[in-house]
Amino acid sequence: MEFWNVLTSIIPSAIAYTIPILMGALGGLYSERSGVTNLCIEGLMLFGVFSSAATIVKLQAIPGFSFTLAIIIGILVAMVASTLLSVLHAFAAINLKANQVISGTAINMLSTAVSLFLAQTITGSGNITIVRAIVRQNVPLLSKIPVIGPLFFTSTYWTTWVCLILWGLSWFLLYKTSFGLRLRACGEHPSAVASAGVNVHKMRYIGVLASGLLSGIGGACILVTYAGEYNAGSGINGLGFLAIAALIFGQWKPLGILGSTFFFGLCMTIANMGKVFPIFQSIPTGYLGMFPYVATLIALIFSSRKSAAPLASGEPF
Amino acid sequence: MRQKGVINKPLEARTASPLLVSLSAVFLGIIAGCIFILCLGKNPFAGFERILFGALSNTRRIGNTLGMSTQLILIGLSVAFAFKTGLFNIGASGQMLVGGITGSILAYYLPMDMPRFIYLPIIIVAAMLAGAFWGFLSGLLKAKFNVHEVVSTIMLNWIAYWIVYDFIPRFIIDPTISVKSKPIETVHTLRADWLTDLTAFSTLNYGFFLAIIMCVVVWFILQKTTLGFNLKAVGSNRFCAEYAGIKVNRSIMISMAIAGALASLAGLTYYCGYSNIMEMGKMPNEGYDGIAVALLGNCSPIGIFFSAIFFGILKMGRGSLAATGIPTEIADTIIATIIYFTATNVILASFWNRIFHSSFEKKEEAAVKAALSHGDNTPVSQMTKEKFKAYAKEGKALLKEEKEVR
Repeated sequence: MEFWNVLTSIIPSAIAYTIPILMGALGGLYSERSGVTNLCIEGLMLFGVFSSAATIVKLQAIPGFSFTLAIIIGILVAMVASTLLSVLHAFAAINLKANQVISGTAINMLSTAVSLFLAQTITGSGNITIVRAIVRQNVPLLSKIPVIGPLFFTSTYWTTWVCLILWGLSWFLLYKTSFGLRLRACGEHPSAVASAGVNVHKMRYIGVLASGLLSGIGGACILVTYAGEYNAGSGINGLGFLAIAALIFGQWKPLGILGSTFFFGLCMTIANMGKVFPIFQSIPTGYLGMFPYVATLIALIFSSRKSAAPLASGEPF
Repeated sequence: MRQKGVINKPLEARTASPLLVSLSAVFLGIIAGCIFILCLGKNPFAGFERILFGALSNTRRIGNTLGMSTQLILIGLSVAFAFKTGLFNIGASGQMLVGGITGSILAYYLPMDMPRFIYLPIIIVAAMLAGAFWGFLSGLLKAKFNVHEVVSTIMLNWIAYWIVYDFIPRFIIDPTISVKSKPIETVHTLRADWLTDLTAFSTLNYGFFLAIIMCVVVWFILQKTTLGFNLKAVGSNRFCAEYAGIKVNRSIMISMAIAGALASLAGLTYYCGYSNIMEMGKMPNEGYDGIAVALLGNCSPIGIFFSAIFFGILKMGRGSLAATGIPTEIADTIIATIIYFTATNVILASFWNRIFHSSFEKKEEAAVKAALSHGDNTPVSQMTKEKFKAYAKEGKALLKEEKEVR
């Protein structure tokens, strides 16, 4: 029974940690499938955290303003802000044919600096803490199912379900529609797609902007679920790079990244909540904190050898 | 037969040099900074004046700026070295931490009465070895398992971060402040009395000379040795290098190891010379600034030296911004904007090339006119440079006259 108790407390948190990484990885999927290497997921997610935090704090300060509405508006603002930031990467990578790795790094630095700069001007400190995050709720009916109910349907955030729907829609869009076929073909063989009369630049723009949009949602989810604050000091602890690693580990496939992000989410839970469980109490904090990153490296060692990366990813067209 | 002084290839418009492109990127970065400051309703000129004041107004401040530049030079070299082999080392932060913790632990446990000329080489070599190992790990992962070096170096950054988090309380904790290491005794840092006296107790230390030596060493390795040639060959075309018999995998590992050693030397100068303490749970930002330094310096040691000094001024001078009410993060914003413009240098280069080209066309037209008026029928492509210049000048005057007559 001890094990069951640990499991029922780990799994819901693991899902909460999974969702932002899933959104980041899904964003990376759109971008890389369209043929643009996107290493700025970290920066885009951080910008999502910051912009939603700033919006929600301002809205929640208005007396009588609904907390839930404030959160919804915050998420929407994060989507718009991160999409706007990703335009910079798209412009550099697609129109200017710049080195996409460098451009991505520049966006990461720009996002860190600009968000800290704006946070300083807005609140006077490097931190923005929101008054109230989303309240965890049990899903009616489904949470009553034995075994599955307590694991997956109790104390969930509503954003989790929204994000999972987005994941399902993305799978449908990329694999079941002609638009998705074209987008994926742009990442494999752009000249062939161009000769069929498709505008490769437009498709790649869509891919990069979609990655900005989804990363923005991912960042906002970090804020409104478990974090509750924008902290300039630690940023998002390399979560965006974990998302890229999850994308590689999941072999650039929607179902693959769902599995790999859940694995990383589980690792993050063990790292962050390890002290709560008696099994892990003897392990020093340093080793627990290191665990997700070591696990990622090991996962990458096994999955990178026969890489299924889109052929033209990173190649300017 | 080639005649002396005659250019056999046709005269061409000048192309934009890397220096010009870098300077344009800096200019645009500063413009972006000005716009941000204006958005806050503050005076940008006052802001930049404060930055210069804070970085250069007296010997102590100049010393501090050079002390800050020390790390940036070494990290810039590290990033540039990997870049020459086609690798992107964004793990400099982690390699810095590894070098820093190695140096700090040795500084803590080595006997205090050890002579400095034995002690200093020991910590320098130890830190470089530790960093070389850390860099080698990502090189190994790249060469043997095809793990993208950007992802693996980031993961190694966080692993180093947690190792330091674990090692500080274990080995070198300061009992009064439980999140920091005990400050290192001055005799066990890289600081030197004569440097400290010269610059009125600034943070300038022997690391600055180490950085200059490393600039020369990196230049020598890349330009004068077979190893450097092999590494550059792998960087410009991996498959071509492989075909020529260069061991690509070995080159990748060596390059990352050297890059790691350079970055960890930066960590040593930072933690055992500049700040002299290590904090738990703090990732050094300098690792990312080093990327800016390397790119702006066009990956050449001399360029890196000067761009590091420039970023050193930005980073040290921003402390004085508080009086003007401009957030100090403006410096980071400017640095990030500069990187973005260096990444998109294609547009800057083509802008300058277009300007050079149109000015050359005008000159050519003028030169032809002047030559004809002298009854000289040599085509432009066979003129000497001096003659072309003289004709161009003369032709310009002719064209101007023509315009006035009309």
